[in-house]
Amino acid sequence: MTEQLSQQRTTQRGDGASHTIMCTEMRSAEHTGMHASTSAATHTSPHVQLRTASHGYANPASNPAANPAANPRLRRARTTIWLILFLVGGIGLAYNALVRPHGMAEVYVERSEKTFVEADIAAPVGAPSGEKASTKWLASDSPALQDGSAIAMAGAAHTLTINETVGVPPRAARERIAAGDSNVSLSIVDTLGVWIAAFFTLAIFSFLWRDNPIYKFAESILVGVSAAYWMTLGYWATLVPNLFAKIAPETIKGWAMPALDVQPADQTTQFLLALVPLILGFMLLMRLSPKGGWISVWPLAFIIGTTAGLKFVAFIEGDLMAQAANTIIPLVALNDTGSMQFGESLGNLVLFVGVLAVLTYFFFSVEHKGRLGTMVGKVSRLGIWYLMITFGAAFGLTVMGRITLLSQRLEFLFGDWLWIIDPANIR
Amino acid sequence: MSTQHTQSSTTVPHGAFIRFLATMDRRWIFLAMMLAVGMPILLKLRPPESPGPLSNATFAAIEHLPAGSRVLLSFDYDPASEGELQPMANAFVHHCASKGHKLAFMALWPLGAQKANETVNTVLKPFHPEYKLGVDYCMLGYKAGNEGVIKVIVTDLLQQYSTDASGTPLGEVPMLKGVSNIQAFDLILNVSAGYPGAKEWAQYATSAYPDAFSLLVGTTGVQSNQLYPYYPTQMKGMLVAIKGAAEYEVLVNAKYGNTPAIVAAQRMMSSREGESASENASGDTPESGVPAILQEGQRRMGPQLIAHLLMVTLIVLGNVVYFATRSKGATR
Amino acid sequence: MLKRTIPLFITGAAGGILILAYFSPATTNWGEVVTDWMNTLAAVAFILGGGNLLFVNLEKISSKRSGWAYALVTLLAFVVTLAFGVLKIGAVPNAQFPATPWAGDYESVRAPFGWVYEYVLSPLTATMFALLAFYVASAAFRAFRAKNIEAILLLGTAFVILLGRTAAAGILTGWISPEGPFAFLRLDTMAVNIMQYVSTAGTRAVMMGIALGIAATSLRLILGIDRSYLVND
Repeated sequence: MTEQLSQQRTTQRGDGASHTIMCTEMRSAEHTGMHASTSAATHTSPHVQLRTASHGYANPASNPAANPAANPRLRRARTTIWLILFLVGGIGLAYNALVRPHGMAEVYVERSEKTFVEADIAAPVGAPSGEKASTKWLASDSPALQDGSAIAMAGAAHTLTINETVGVPPRAARERIAAGDSNVSLSIVDTLGVWIAAFFTLAIFSFLWRDNPIYKFAESILVGVSAAYWMTLGYWATLVPNLFAKIAPETIKGWAMPALDVQPADQTTQFLLALVPLILGFMLLMRLSPKGGWISVWPLAFIIGTTAGLKFVAFIEGDLMAQAANTIIPLVALNDTGSMQFGESLGNLVLFVGVLAVLTYFFFSVEHKGRLGTMVGKVSRLGIWYLMITFGAAFGLTVMGRITLLSQRLEFLFGDWLWIIDPANIR
Repeated sequence: MSTQHTQSSTTVPHGAFIRFLATMDRRWIFLAMMLAVGMPILLKLRPPESPGPLSNATFAAIEHLPAGSRVLLSFDYDPASEGELQPMANAFVHHCASKGHKLAFMALWPLGAQKANETVNTVLKPFHPEYKLGVDYCMLGYKAGNEGVIKVIVTDLLQQYSTDASGTPLGEVPMLKGVSNIQAFDLILNVSAGYPGAKEWAQYATSAYPDAFSLLVGTTGVQSNQLYPYYPTQMKGMLVAIKGAAEYEVLVNAKYGNTPAIVAAQRMMSSREGESASENASGDTPESGVPAILQEGQRRMGPQLIAHLLMVTLIVLGNVVYFATRSKGATR
Repeated sequence: MLKRTIPLFITGAAGGILILAYFSPATTNWGEVVTDWMNTLAAVAFILGGGNLLFVNLEKISSKRSGWAYALVTLLAFVVTLAFGVLKIGAVPNAQFPATPWAGDYESVRAPFGWVYEYVLSPLTATMFALLAFYVASAAFRAFRAKNIEAILLLGTAFVILLGRTAAAGILTGWISPEGPFAFLRLDTMAVNIMQYVSTAGTRAVMMGIALGIAATSLRLILGIDRSYLVND
């Protein structure tokens, strides 16, 4: 199940189709439960069996007594309850924002100016002959300017002033503002940001009530923003330094990477080697064209071949050989003085037997007849028990993880937004 | 399916409680979960923690490295897992910096680079002001390619990272002088939420070069099951889910939770004379003098306790409904 | 030829070089170069993904298919974020190279792109996954039934892990001495032992099975036996 879940997680990251994820995980969790009750009967496959669940109790949607749509009294009662909940929430929010002395969701910043100067840097004494003097922009308070290893160039063209903004904890900020410090102020942009973050958090939570336009709006934003985020990172973090900088080093150096180390000796080799991913990259983008799609099979074939080559070695080495070696451990564990460690010995035995039993279940599809068959059948059954314990542990840990994510979001709402809690005591 | 359900609920005479449970709107469960997690946060419930074997092994591996060792931190996660992993990342960075190790941050996840920046800004800069960019730590940033990145940098770092994240060539980064590949690092710390992450580090680094690498991992609950088989040969230590984070925080804070630099930083943040940011009168942070950000994991164990009890109760109740309906159905 | 033979050759050559690079140190450099190309293509794939999203949503909007308004929202979010990022709009000047605007830091929270990450992307992704806590709870209530011994093992283990990895372990079984002969009955110890021995055994066997499967699939691809990714015409 864990494999399935993490696969789903990563798939989601890739295509941004996050809407499906919770449903899939819910199904996975349910199916694991189903697997527990059905696999013993079938014994044929280690895979989670995707069967229709028979819950053994009524589905509210199909039960008129429980279905609000079919029962106006129930519908009214529920509407009232949820209305009260929303009202209480709204009143609490208004009280929190307007009446409580400390307010909520405020972000403060300190603005300052930082001056940079362009300076001549002398080549270090005893430096290799290739190392030459250079110029560099340095902060005006840089130690290099004080100790003389860099000399500031004269003229306005060699001086730059930049506005710098840093966050200040709210209480400290309020005290400084009260004391007349004009550099510290409330950041409207960031305060608005906290409100927007809270809105999106609640918008996603609103799906718990039912699918609704606010949730869909938030989900649409998520898909668009995450695709753009990935694209931007792919462009600036990989394509510019690892591809364009090899194709046209001088241009990239002058444009976005002023410190790029251009080695004329390697330039031709680098250029030729970089041409391959450049061409393959263009061919891959042809996938977007309605007619030239087939051209993208070449880069696709390259990606598949490379991935296959990488995975072949890695899985054989790290997951097959190494795991076999990790299993061949002393079944009688001794401590430093040479006496037997009962607990560890038992653990090692449990581990060793377990791996063999599960592998037997996976690979020995002998008919469970005769002495050998019966024995294989029993070992296989033991293997299934091991797997059930493994799935149970995976489920427990998955639940644990999901709850932590929820508590982090509630901490954000109660802390950064509402200011009801203040673990760091800074508000 | 629905026919079956309707039959079971309409033909079997249940008690009112069983009937309520059987037909309950799942939003009541959602509400219960919200309260189970929300109330302990508001009530500041915080149970005690005692470190387990895996957290002890992780702590010891960092602790026993000679001061000033080179450590590569790969932040392979994003905000979706920060609830579990950020406390680990904070504690890893604080522990390493307290030991004086040189830190290089990288990411295999696009948003991991942001998490690395965040950790540097909230932990390294305030609590270790002596750490200088380039000299004591450097930001390598994100690279696309998943396990392909690991595969290349184990033998040639410059092939992937010609410059650091700000554009400085690696040859000009003092702490990376003479480093041609990541085998020059004494330890790899991986904070991992899935693919690519801990599994790939184990496969492409420690399995391929067992003598060259020492790998420690902080991982989410979801994928931890898959990583246990790598311990202790391919991974020297592992922090599992929020419990692992909380345990590790206890170990780190016991030794490095209240250093003079921390006390000074706390004073500045809190601003009130003589009151540090962690000594909250309302009792948010019981460990005196330890910054709240280094106790995040321990704080989250309160909601965790109540929510786990709710989960157990729900499963038990679900089975009560199942057996009640089944046995009554059978007797008819 | 162009649609089948050459792609098959490319797959075989790329995979073959990487396997060869493992066995022969002299060819390690080839492996690095090929992997580096793939990493670059991975970045191109992000652009492909973005382009795809753009076309799909444009098509949805132009044909006014149901939900086209949401497609418009997606498109706007995509275009605005992309402009902030790729054009480095409002990027914070780089302290090393303050005179080079294109070297600026677009990921800082003070830059619009970083702001979008901090206040839009981060809360949205985090909350999306936090939702799963609710669905796991609901699924546990509805689907976990102690129907037979296998299900009981699964449930029992889940209970031990859920209780053993919180303070509930101390409350319920803290009275058992951790040094005594019955220490293994403590819930926290049980959780550790289950993970370290029993669950590890199961996972390890699954991993070995998967490893064999992946190795076989990889070989089929490299040798050209599996050609399912090729264009059928």
